[in-house]
Amino acid sequence: MYAKIMVPVDLAHVDRLTKAIDTATDLAKRYQIPVCFVGVTPSAPSPVAHNPQEFARKLDAFAQAQGAEHGLDAGSAAYISDDPAVDLDRTLMDAIAEQGADLVVMASHIPGLPEYLFHSNAGHLAAHAKVSVFVVR
Amino acid sequence: MSSQVNLGPSGPADIIETDYELGQDNIQARVGPFGLDIHNPVFAISGLTIVAFVILTLAFQTQVEPVFEQLREWLTTNLDWFFLSAANVFVLLCLVLIVTPLGKVRLGGVDAEPDYGYPGWFAMLFAAGMGIGLMFYGVSEPISHFTAALDGTTLEEGARTDWAPLGAAVDDAEAAQRLGMAATIFHWGLHPWAIYAIVALSLALFSFNKGLPLTIRSIFYPIFGERIWGWTGHIIDTLAVFATLFGLATSLGFGAEQANAGLNHLFNIPVNDASKVILILGITAVALGSVLLGMDGGVKRLSEANMLMAALLLIFVIAVGPTMGILTGFFWNLGAYVQELPFLSNPVGRDDDNFRQGWTAFYWAWWISWSPFVGMFIARVSRGRTVREFLIAVLLVPSVVSVLWMTAFGGTAIGQIVNDGYQAVANAPLELKLFEMLAELPLAEVTSFIGIVLVIVFFITSSDSGSLVIDTITAGGKVDAPLPQRVFWCTFEGLVAVALLLGGGLGSLQAMAVSTGFPFALVLLLACYALVVGLIAEVRHPAVRAAAEAAG
Repeated sequence: MYAKIMVPVDLAHVDRLTKAIDTATDLAKRYQIPVCFVGVTPSAPSPVAHNPQEFARKLDAFAQAQGAEHGLDAGSAAYISDDPAVDLDRTLMDAIAEQGADLVVMASHIPGLPEYLFHSNAGHLAAHAKVSVFVVR
Repeated sequence: MSSQVNLGPSGPADIIETDYELGQDNIQARVGPFGLDIHNPVFAISGLTIVAFVILTLAFQTQVEPVFEQLREWLTTNLDWFFLSAANVFVLLCLVLIVTPLGKVRLGGVDAEPDYGYPGWFAMLFAAGMGIGLMFYGVSEPISHFTAALDGTTLEEGARTDWAPLGAAVDDAEAAQRLGMAATIFHWGLHPWAIYAIVALSLALFSFNKGLPLTIRSIFYPIFGERIWGWTGHIIDTLAVFATLFGLATSLGFGAEQANAGLNHLFNIPVNDASKVILILGITAVALGSVLLGMDGGVKRLSEANMLMAALLLIFVIAVGPTMGILTGFFWNLGAYVQELPFLSNPVGRDDDNFRQGWTAFYWAWWISWSPFVGMFIARVSRGRTVREFLIAVLLVPSVVSVLWMTAFGGTAIGQIVNDGYQAVANAPLELKLFEMLAELPLAEVTSFIGIVLVIVFFITSSDSGSLVIDTITAGGKVDAPLPQRVFWCTFEGLVAVALLLGGGLGSLQAMAVSTGFPFALVLLLACYALVVGLIAEVRHPAVRAAAEAAG
């Protein structure tokens, strides 16, 4: 039914991803398809990495570890954004197209008042992406 | 499945290994429904100090104002030699770096690719740093120096009381014009851009190559080591936020007065507090929209639109004004600048006290107090450039553009006075000189309208980039802090401007902001040392060397 799952990850908050990764793992095994972990970084140093290159290395290490742990065909793709606080949605939309994913599994928080002013990233993807989006809350 | 990196390779760089983790001092809290991610204690101290200063100024206006003004005046009068010498050091270091092998270092690593193309990059350099001044001083400053020089020198008790640069040029219109243009270009040329370049280059190097957080304190790692994560760093960062916010807010307040005068001149819009407050709120609202649309969608686009309009106005003035006069004047003024530069920048043994202290030292303190903001913004958009490319772009190109701008606007205005006996431009108040000059050229309504729009847009492009810079510093170097924080700083800046405008105190707090130029001048001299040490470490790093040799 699906060909490739994309899982956007925030390496600064891996602990919040467990449920989304478990969901992605189940789906990947069910359809025997690969999972691509996508991360977005600013070009400036961040809590995760000193520079984009190191970020890409860490993301790939994370993907490989997940692959080994869950027996997945896992890969990674790191993207750079000039202003991730604003451009994250757009970058993820580009990533869906470039990675050829047809299912996105993504963690989100429980929506509240701020979503009237600042939409959530998963909410944006679910509303605008042309592929299926599984929002894990 | 294979892995993929869509980053462009950035190659080896000399990463500084420190136990400090970016964001480790941050507080991630929720205020009402909004998430925050702020540095402790820089965010709180900066915010509270600013509020305290505003309240202090409003409550004790008559007592506070002379103190702040005198502090500023004392600094620029007694330490003029220090400001002039420091600025000379910055220019010389930049010029030396361009020609030495250190110029080959690439910001972001050996193979880093630029985040921004040339047009967007140049537009953002200009729009953040100096644009607004060019609008007001482009016509008025050359006229001031020209008239002062023409009037010659006056002595009182052995000290000069005139405001003429150097030895003046009494009753010699051509020499006075030459001196006036050289002095103006001196204040807008290599020196201010060298000040910005030192901050920007150091910050870009220590952040993009060495991996330290994108915040002012990181520059001082080679000097203070791990201590920059403690109070030494907190003080440097807080001072940067303080100078940036008050610099922006007071400019915004004064700018509203000037824009109001322009609107009154053109459209008879009344000059009163209501008009000014509406202008400030309008500018803040657009700046807010810009920061919410982000670097690419807001700030960059607005800067580009801004530069395009400024270029159109410049081309128009050149085309319909005295075209040949401006084009030959460009080389003439450039020559005058180069010839007078050693004398104008000489810090000692001069008798033009008013000019040297009241103009030059004041400008240098002013540019230096803006340098944390402009420097940090330039740094953020300059990853992927080599040091040489960076310095040529930040130092030489804007200087040449300033010469052209000053020639087209100031030179044309002086020509109107000297050749046509047109006195309106000479007699008009500062904020109207530009419009009086344009009034003598064809299509005055159109160009004046473009002029006033440009004035306003320049404020917006300074305001949005300033808010981003303050947000990043108060988030401990995180460029992706939650959006409500940007909204907070941008709004805060507008409100401070409104409070100072209505309550009085724009002048005294601006004097206070300019006074921060002194501690920052010291800080920048340390930055020069740190920069050279950092660049040498970069070229000596084995992996960087190997990559450079492999590339030939």
